[in-house]
Amino acid sequence: MGQLQSGAGAHGSDAAGCTCLRFDNLTLGYDAHPAVHGLSGSWSHGALMAIVGPNGSGKSTLLKGIAGLLPPMGGSVTHVDGCRMAYLPQASSLDLSFPATVFDLVKLGLWQQRGLLGRIRRQDRDAIAHAMSTVGLDGFAKRPIDTLSGGQLQRALFARVILQDADLILLDEPFNAIDDRTVGDLMAVIHGWHAEGRSVVAVMHDLDLVRAHFPQALLLSREPVASGATADVLKPENLKKARAFRPAWDDDAPWCSDDNHVHDAPSVPVKAA
Amino acid sequence: MLDTVFGPFVQYAFMQRALMGGLLIALSAAPVGVFLMLRRMSLTGDAMAHAILPGAAIGFLLFGLELVPMTLGGLIAGALVAAGAGVVARITVQKEDAALAAFYLISLALGVMIVSLRGSSVDLMHVLFGSVLALNAESLMMIGAIAATTLVCLTLIWRALVAECLDPGFLRSVSGWGPIVHFGFLALVVINLVAGFQALGTLLSVGLMILPAATARFWVRTALAMCLLAVALAATSVVIGLLISFHYAIASGPAIILAAGAFYFTSLLLAPRGAVWARLPARRHRTA
Repeated sequence: MGQLQSGAGAHGSDAAGCTCLRFDNLTLGYDAHPAVHGLSGSWSHGALMAIVGPNGSGKSTLLKGIAGLLPPMGGSVTHVDGCRMAYLPQASSLDLSFPATVFDLVKLGLWQQRGLLGRIRRQDRDAIAHAMSTVGLDGFAKRPIDTLSGGQLQRALFARVILQDADLILLDEPFNAIDDRTVGDLMAVIHGWHAEGRSVVAVMHDLDLVRAHFPQALLLSREPVASGATADVLKPENLKKARAFRPAWDDDAPWCSDDNHVHDAPSVPVKAA
Repeated sequence: MLDTVFGPFVQYAFMQRALMGGLLIALSAAPVGVFLMLRRMSLTGDAMAHAILPGAAIGFLLFGLELVPMTLGGLIAGALVAAGAGVVARITVQKEDAALAAFYLISLALGVMIVSLRGSSVDLMHVLFGSVLALNAESLMMIGAIAATTLVCLTLIWRALVAECLDPGFLRSVSGWGPIVHFGFLALVVINLVAGFQALGTLLSVGLMILPAATARFWVRTALAMCLLAVALAATSVVIGLLISFHYAIASGPAIILAAGAFYFTSLLLAPRGAVWARLPARRHRTA
């Protein structure tokens, strides 16, 4: 079972193979304005973690940073060597007008194994069929992608993630505008990944769902407010702190110097608004 | 009847070369056009066709109406405009469409000016609209080489190209192929425009790329089927256009493109995914 460790103390204790990701004073953002500021700590293999926080608090930015799509403005994020990642963004860049079937879409998930020229084998076809069956899309293989509902599309994207066979799975608000039944089915897929020892990190807004399904949580509001066991993180006082956060950019915000970084403790209060 | 269709190609060597050249261009440009269309870059193809003009014109100015220098010049001009627009779009706030429009308009004006410096208006017409009937063995070799290069490259990058069209963000998250495929594909566009340039001219060479692709989309649902159908349509347009051109003494380039245009309008009306069928009331439907 994954253990979330935070702060400088964690650095000493990560025996080989149990730390999946490490953040060292990580700062991510746009145009010199940090969206995630001074995140340190490390996440263990096999963690099932929710990232929560108000809109604009840096949750999606953090996932982009972990996925390597946004270079850090400061600090670093390091992965274990050979850690395979799958990233499902909030708004995928999928072009639904492209003439592809659900099968074609799911097949993209084989990229890391088969690459540009590797042949798609019998076992790959079986894996695709199995992934589609796991997300409840049996019989949809030949359907054009522009005929899918929002929920069916999200199921197909989950099937693609299954095929990616990743050690670390990053999901950005996977349940936006998704009905309860689909949420239930896809949550089961997430628990399946967790049971297989994969790490899953999901940006979530539904706190009830987080409490019910995610053992660990990180509460962000630009700076990390709290992290650890979900019940502790989602305490009212922490949520109140996070809500006090001011998302608008202050064009004249003072420049950050190293000594006013909130280096270690994630429970450090956020700066007064 | 048979003589009307086969006679010209049997009797005249220039018609045989025109047919060979046209079919090679159809084979190579049509699949490129399919991906241009699927990437919503149909007008980019048009802009690139204009952009190659000054290079070809400089070749013409220095060496006269010679294929190799004009082709190389076109290739260089096309590459400069594509890369220049790409770079401007990435380092400034300007989007790629605006940058490309700026670059190609400057390029086109420059090209027309260079041609007019030396040539007559007949030369300008030749550069702009080409002459498939004047293809020589040397041009055919070049068109053949370009077609072979295109088909090999398309086969090799197929999976990445599909991924880049279907979900560019996903491709970016799993590999670095995205930009390579984008610029590699633009290079294929340029060399195919250059291939079509001698036969159809700079302005019309894009027609054999885009029209069959747009037509195929009305009929079939997969990228591969679109490519195959587009090749067939382009090849048929070449044959029909050449025959009309031969029998009625009409310029060959416009005849070929208009044949492709006729397929386009016919398909618009008749094809299952065209304008009419989708508007017809559904006669029956299933329960689920």
